[in-house]
Amino acid sequence: MVIFLTRLINGISLGSVYAIIALGYTMVYGIAKMLNFAHGDVIMVGAYVCFFAISSYHLNPVVGVLLAMLVCTVLGMVIERLAYKPLRQAPSLAVLITAIGVSYFLQNGAQLLWGTNNKMFPAFLKGNALQLMDGQLKISVTTVVNVVVCVVVMLALTWFTGKTKMGKAMRACSEDKGAAQLMGINVDTTISMTFAIGSALAAVAGVLYMSSYPILVPTTGSMPGIKAFTAAVFGGIGSIPGALLGGLLLGIIEIFAGGYISTQLQNAIVFAVLIVVLLVKPTGLLGKQIREKV
Amino acid sequence: MKKTLALLLAVCMMAAMLAGCAGGDDADPTKPADPTDAVVDNTTDPTVAPAENAIKIGGVGPLTGGAAIYGNAAANGAKIAAEEINALGGLQLDLNYQDDAHDAEKSVNAYNTLKGWGMQVFLGSVTSTPGVATSQEANNDHIFYLTPSASSTDVLGGVANPLTGTVDIARKDNVFQMCFVDPNQGAASAQYIADQTLGTKIAVIYKNDDVYSTGVYQSFDAKAKELGLNVVSVTTFTEDTKTDFSVQLGDAQSKGADLVFLPMYYDAAALIFTQANAMGYAPKWFGIDGMDGILGVEGFDTSLAEGVMLLTPFNADAEDEATQSFVAKYKAAYGEVPNQFAADAYDCVYAIYAALTNAGVTADMSVGDICDALIAQFTSMTFDGLTGEGMTWAADGAVTKSPKGMVIQNGAYVGMD
Amino acid sequence: MNKLKKLSPAVRTNYLTYLGVIAAFAILQPLAMRGKLSPTLQGQLVPICAYVVMTLSLNLTVGVLGELSLGHAGFMSVGAFSGAVAASALQNAIPNTGLRLAAAILIGAVFAGVVGVLISVPVLRLNGDYLAIVTLAFGQIIKSIVENLYIGIDAKGLHGAFLKPLTSLGEGGRMILNGPMGIPNITKISTFLAGFVLILVTLAVIFNLVNSRAGRAIMAIRDNRIAAESVGLNITKYKMMAFVTSAALAGAAGALFALGQPAIVASKFDFNTSILILVYVVLGGQGKMWGSIIAATFLTVLPETPAMRGLADYRMLVYAVVLIVVMLVTNSPAIKSFFSRFKKEQESETTKGGEQA
Repeated sequence: MVIFLTRLINGISLGSVYAIIALGYTMVYGIAKMLNFAHGDVIMVGAYVCFFAISSYHLNPVVGVLLAMLVCTVLGMVIERLAYKPLRQAPSLAVLITAIGVSYFLQNGAQLLWGTNNKMFPAFLKGNALQLMDGQLKISVTTVVNVVVCVVVMLALTWFTGKTKMGKAMRACSEDKGAAQLMGINVDTTISMTFAIGSALAAVAGVLYMSSYPILVPTTGSMPGIKAFTAAVFGGIGSIPGALLGGLLLGIIEIFAGGYISTQLQNAIVFAVLIVVLLVKPTGLLGKQIREKV
Repeated sequence: MKKTLALLLAVCMMAAMLAGCAGGDDADPTKPADPTDAVVDNTTDPTVAPAENAIKIGGVGPLTGGAAIYGNAAANGAKIAAEEINALGGLQLDLNYQDDAHDAEKSVNAYNTLKGWGMQVFLGSVTSTPGVATSQEANNDHIFYLTPSASSTDVLGGVANPLTGTVDIARKDNVFQMCFVDPNQGAASAQYIADQTLGTKIAVIYKNDDVYSTGVYQSFDAKAKELGLNVVSVTTFTEDTKTDFSVQLGDAQSKGADLVFLPMYYDAAALIFTQANAMGYAPKWFGIDGMDGILGVEGFDTSLAEGVMLLTPFNADAEDEATQSFVAKYKAAYGEVPNQFAADAYDCVYAIYAALTNAGVTADMSVGDICDALIAQFTSMTFDGLTGEGMTWAADGAVTKSPKGMVIQNGAYVGMD
Repeated sequence: MNKLKKLSPAVRTNYLTYLGVIAAFAILQPLAMRGKLSPTLQGQLVPICAYVVMTLSLNLTVGVLGELSLGHAGFMSVGAFSGAVAASALQNAIPNTGLRLAAAILIGAVFAGVVGVLISVPVLRLNGDYLAIVTLAFGQIIKSIVENLYIGIDAKGLHGAFLKPLTSLGEGGRMILNGPMGIPNITKISTFLAGFVLILVTLAVIFNLVNSRAGRAIMAIRDNRIAAESVGLNITKYKMMAFVTSAALAGAAGALFALGQPAIVASKFDFNTSILILVYVVLGGQGKMWGSIIAATFLTVLPETPAMRGLADYRMLVYAVVLIVVMLVTNSPAIKSFFSRFKKEQESETTKGGEQA
């Protein structure tokens, strides 16, 4: 029982990190209708900025996180302006390839700027683990912070897209860009704003990811990027609660697959489950069933 | 305006690419490449002046991508050695390192590029997967091959599979290694653990998509069975799952393992130590030479690695003059403490230099003759380097040097014996 | 020449594609035989052919069928490992290397085709990004499976094991596929000639499929699935036809690739390789086979050119910039309008010429 619960907690901890990254993914996909493969690398940039802020300039971790968010926001907007905006009318695959180019660019740029050596992200989330069941079950501060941030971000995003003017504009753009423009919504600004928010989230995700798995290299972002993309599709891409659900489930399945079946086939099992789920629910767990118009 | 600009860009690019293609066709493998061909050669540091009669030494390693840390360390180490040798004024070396991004196909391309450049001696691949491919190629071309760190037996060939006892690859007679060969490390580790009775219940975590890690594990496993070691938990991870070790550590902990053997590189090990610490799991840790470098990870809390035991040939804190001078130079040039990859590559260049001078090799000799001369030298000479004294090579290509048993105490290596 | 002009533009393009491939081969092969190519280019000839076939086969899925696949390297992997194991096992049975290579490529294609049938079950039920993620997942699963597969051979025949390595083999036996270590010693039997033939066969298969009744049905499904369904087209059948053909061709490419390399490992055929092939397809133009050939050749050679190698540390950074700029330039409305104007002028000239003749 203890083993089961420990694994469940580990799964939730891993899953909440996936979920935060998936939230950024799903946001951008929902509005700009593009798979932003560079998202994982924005996470990496955020992590590096925070790392240098804390380790080299000895800034307060909170300042470090804010700085990372600022840098990533600007970076996201610049990428959008330079690489994606000129392709607004282009086929979606062209944008996908450009995103891959941006991803290569960020990874190799990071390598040139910051070197290839591993960096150990400082553990700034300190505190005693929660002890349950006579100390047999431990929940670390990192896990608690991950889950809390994840839920807060999801609620904030739901509120933002549901209640604010900008959020409503985003939803309008996601439904129909042409109609939105006719209603006086500045589509370019809206998409730019989406990238800004998505990238700021990426910075947060990067810092949280690093506090759980603190080895930082220029390729740090690629695997969580793919996993988060999977999580976003799992939950139904474009859906904010779906990203959270997908991320958490993916993390739990990954840990259970390794724990109960085989660590050698861990990844294979995760992806096999994904295929089965999509067979039953072809648009993901919480994805909208798109009605086909004839 | 925009139109013209875009068009201009397109034209520039096409021109650049055409120039590139044309350059590729120019190189003729039958005639020795022009030593003034600066385009190919600018990975070499400008301070290493490529003299007319320099011996061309090529190397391949991951200079970009996820494994770039190993390739760059080796390239930097080799570069320092070549600079020192050239400063002596005797036989000159012209060093050229090419990127393979830790991919076998790209490593073959890089190897072919070096062949086109006129490479005479090959420093091999830095990592094992590309090393298996390049050693095969170099064997076909009969170019002398000394790898700093590609430790798989598949690189050498002619070594029996520890499990089936079959020899799957014929011995590549021109290939030699500077590092320990994987099975030796695995078997030596098992022996050491048994001799010192370090643990009663042993857990192993290894990376099962990695040639190095799997190779060491397989020989450890075979030896452990022979010695009757009690291995209670064996778990794996892959490149794609190398972040979360809660399952692996949980398994070891729940089965009461008091010693965990970690045949892997130090980046994953650093995560394992951090996560085990968070879990409150504190067994004895035992690593291999890939663990070296863990103390050099920027920002790593060395107290987590306290008591970690490892077998390693190189110690950056060693007090001897050669090591001190190398570490100082490396730090000055690259701002980092060199790891064993750098030291191995440094030794490689010096070993080749020693063999070249002993055999009286000159730059105008054919690649095949140089190879034969170096094979004869390597199987007979004794070499003292940073990573060991009195190193010798047998005809099987593996190096004989004694691994140093180290234990980490107060953030530094201390000899175990 | 007049005869060529009378052909429909599509057929004319097809003929010109064949012609281009043959011309390229006719130029390169004598140079390669005489050792006039740089060693790098010489070594890349077979991989270029393999990537061209990969790109053509993916273009069938992406361009003709209109579905995004992110796991095409998985089929390549199946073909590569089954083909290489077969070639190794048949070493004594078929001493002629050409025949052995043909057998290996065929076996690779069959295995990949069978896996293609399996994966097409979920694929046929899904659309768009959900389909893409299933192919991505499939690529990861294949990688994990091959990494845990051990195959050896002895006098009694092939022996296999999954998850645990083989522990014993009979006298004179040897391991072929050693789990994560892959196949470490491949006898290179792929030749540029074989690659050239495989490209021609691939082109023939694709052009015949596209220009057949089935091909028109597939494109109708791509352009408007509902309309196609409403006129009674069997969507499942045609989608599967395209997908499985694409998988089998990728398997053949995999076998060709593997048998031209000294060693292969499962992790070679990962997500990044799938993406690489997709880049070739998009850059060459979806549905344009000649574009695929040029893009695959060009982008395989580009990073290995002395100019790019000379950039050293900046090589991959420049590659990324080239990728982005090419996408921006080829999709920029300004450039497009420029080319379409050029095209129109040309077209009006040809019609004028036609009237005069």
